[in-house]
Amino acid sequence: MMSFMKGRVLVVDDDTALAEMLGIVLRGEGFEPSFVADGDKALAAFRESKPDLVLLDLMLPGRDGIEVCRLIRAESGVPIVMLTAKSDTVDVVVGLESGADDYIVKPFKPKELVARIRARLRRSEEPAPEQLAIGDLVIDVAGHSVKREGQSIALTPLEFDLLVALARKPWQVFTREVLLEQVWGYRHAADTRLVNVHVQRLRSKVEKDPERPEIVVTVRGVGYKAGPS
Amino acid sequence: MSGDSAASSPGRTGASTGRPVGRGPGGSRWGRFFEGGLLQGGVQGSPVLRLFMRWVRRPLLPVMRLWRRNIQLKVVATTLLMSLGVVLLLGFVVIGQVRNGLLDAKVKASQSQATGGFASAKQKADTAFTANGDDGADDRANQNVSSWMGDLVESLSSGGQGAFDVVTLPAVGDDSGGRGSRASGGVDPTTSVPEDLRERVDSDSSMAAQKYTRIQYTNGDESQPALIIGKQVDDPNDDPYQLYYLFPLTQEEKSLSLVKGTLATAGLFVVVLLGAIAWLVVRQVVTPVRMAAGIAERLSAGRLQERMKVTGEDDIARLGEAFNKMAQNLQLKIQQLEDLSRMQRRFVSDVSHELRTPLTTVRMAADVIHDAREDFDPVTARSAELLADQLDRFESLLADLLEISRFDAGAAALEAEPIDLREVVQRVVSGAAPLAERKGTRIQVLGDQQPVVAEADARRVERVLRNLVVNAVEHGEGKDVVVKLASAGGAVAVAVRDYGVGLKPGEATRVFSRFWRADPARARTTGGTGLGLSIALEDARLHGGWLQAWGEPGGGSQFRLTLPRTADEPLRGSPIPLEPKDSRRNRGLNDAGLPRGAGDGEKRATVPVQTAGEQAPARAPLAPRLNAAPPTADPTALPGNGARVVPRPTGGARPADDGAADAPSQGDPSGDAPTPEAPAPDARNAGSEDRSKQGEASRGR
Repeated sequence: MMSFMKGRVLVVDDDTALAEMLGIVLRGEGFEPSFVADGDKALAAFRESKPDLVLLDLMLPGRDGIEVCRLIRAESGVPIVMLTAKSDTVDVVVGLESGADDYIVKPFKPKELVARIRARLRRSEEPAPEQLAIGDLVIDVAGHSVKREGQSIALTPLEFDLLVALARKPWQVFTREVLLEQVWGYRHAADTRLVNVHVQRLRSKVEKDPERPEIVVTVRGVGYKAGPS
Repeated sequence: MSGDSAASSPGRTGASTGRPVGRGPGGSRWGRFFEGGLLQGGVQGSPVLRLFMRWVRRPLLPVMRLWRRNIQLKVVATTLLMSLGVVLLLGFVVIGQVRNGLLDAKVKASQSQATGGFASAKQKADTAFTANGDDGADDRANQNVSSWMGDLVESLSSGGQGAFDVVTLPAVGDDSGGRGSRASGGVDPTTSVPEDLRERVDSDSSMAAQKYTRIQYTNGDESQPALIIGKQVDDPNDDPYQLYYLFPLTQEEKSLSLVKGTLATAGLFVVVLLGAIAWLVVRQVVTPVRMAAGIAERLSAGRLQERMKVTGEDDIARLGEAFNKMAQNLQLKIQQLEDLSRMQRRFVSDVSHELRTPLTTVRMAADVIHDAREDFDPVTARSAELLADQLDRFESLLADLLEISRFDAGAAALEAEPIDLREVVQRVVSGAAPLAERKGTRIQVLGDQQPVVAEADARRVERVLRNLVVNAVEHGEGKDVVVKLASAGGAVAVAVRDYGVGLKPGEATRVFSRFWRADPARARTTGGTGLGLSIALEDARLHGGWLQAWGEPGGGSQFRLTLPRTADEPLRGSPIPLEPKDSRRNRGLNDAGLPRGAGDGEKRATVPVQTAGEQAPARAPLAPRLNAAPPTADPTALPGNGARVVPRPTGGARPADDGAADAPSQGDPSGDAPTPEAPAPDARNAGSEDRSKQGEASRGR
């Protein structure tokens, strides 16, 4: 309810009862939900409603969630939170690799869901004019842009947050748990695969050679840190 | 042929070495040799002999092994030996026959020749006698007889045209010089005619005597085999002399040796050919058998698609077909079982997943209702609370079931990386703090001075430790809980000690059984699913580690997680003894917490748990521990004695405990090595029994 613009959530789920329940909960928290039950219609609905966040069930009739996720990610950096019944490695990792920012395993508590959604939307609520440098990258935090030698690099909000978190304290090694807390907003330890997958995705975009990363450096046994400027 | 040499050389050895030892009759020596008994050390002789045997045996061992393992070699060697025997026997018989045939003819011809010769000699003597008249002086007569004899020998031998020679010898005992020996054809008369023949001829003047012997020549020619026929004949003076016919057998000898040569050549060929044939024939049989053996091995190694090549319709082909049919049926059955188990696992997984979506809706609805419960009347409000609580429980049960099914399906994957167990413990302890506070329990962490690093899956290790710590707090009856860390050798360990009700004998393994309930009389305070420790055990196993429990009734319990420091390294011991130092036994106390003295062996199993917990000095178990909070990373600082107080079930149902408790030094890993795998199947069964008995039990671990 902070702003009219920041509360639109597109719920892509074929289970009408769950969708309705999600609607009740989201409305109760001040979001403005819209619904689509079919994977094939998800993209059209996305274009039409221009949501601030997508709640996406992985198992959908028609196009499956992974595919929908990929399509949405291809044209927008809007946060995507997957709803999945399976927390097995492959499912989640595939979902994350196809562009989802976070996932939440069924059954979840309404508060948990809302916290995740807030965490994903939170970023845009704290604009601060700030210029950061990491490696040969220049980050304009307020302008939400990353540039290498004047060339801007397109990052999703989550990847941007991840990069900013590392760049703000280049002297610090971030454990995966700390990153989960700072970037994803998890208060308790959660699945560190989230971090791994998104670091890989980030590297594929900002590193000159993702095999030999210079921007986001792995500190073996501990976590990640920003590369030397 | 190699088979021949291989068989014969050990044979010689066996025969020669068998003799001095003097074991058994010669016949069984071969048998023993074939069984390898002799060469494999049946010798009980002197050390020298034994040494010699070893020296002889060493180079033969590969041959022996080949002999034992190679049926082709056996068959070929046996065939060679037997055919050699047959050929030799046959050769002797044939050669004997030929020799007899040749000699019979020769003897008959010779005899008639000799008879004729003797007759003509007699006749000549008669006519010479008539011609001489009877007025000759003795000297002259002797002179005449001498020359007459020379003529006789000449004339007689000339009729044979070299087919025989003639020898005259004086009668035995006749030493009148004139009638010395005469011989034709350069035959040495005295050496050629053997003495015994002369005596025979002498003893019976009417009969001719014969003998095989060798002719010696005076002119240096080689001696020859011959048949000699002799007879005593009278000379013109009616004095007896011996006349011998010598028939050389050179021709016959030559024929015979030709036959022998031919036979030997033929025999050799036959033997070699038989060997080759045997080799080929056996190969035909052995090759498919070997193929079948190889394929059976590969089948048993799991390559179920392996099949034999089948050609033709003979017995070998039938073997192949039967084999293939067997393999196919086997594959089919295994496939069916695999499919079945996959289907079942899938079913479990699908059911769990299908349950989740409606459960999510229910969960959210319940939460919404729960949040609004202040507006309801008390009954509805309480119902909303119960609904939410039980949904929590339902959820964790579902999650645990899914986790277990994942382990059962072998789908659990370890994501190991070096982690510091201290951090994990810290997280777990802080996570359990609210519960501990409610219970009035202090959680102490020992051994966290230096890093305790191991390659492990942080998520799983945390889950295990959370389980252990929460259990300890829950069953610790408000007393302290001690979490101890240590690392030594190639292992790290975390032990969680509580001083609560402890475990009854036999429970230390059963706690890991699924849905096992320890004490139905105890009220459940927090909702356990009954799967926590089972999952923890699987997690430990996935790491190649151990999860073991120790406990004594009323004396608390200790759960110990041991992990290899690097993944894939087998565990050999744990840095922390399973039975804690402050156990009653180690402090020399009996089960009631009193100094050990009066035998209370029978009673200890019946000591009521509650009484022990309440009436025994409540803080007593803590005192020694606090005195001696040890640097736990040093395993040698943790001795254990061999005494036993805690009653054990019979038959080592708690091998994990016994092994650890009986090891006097924890530095010695071999004494403390039972893997948790060993007790697990028992535990599972025992657990299921228990479950059925205590179905609606309330306390779960």
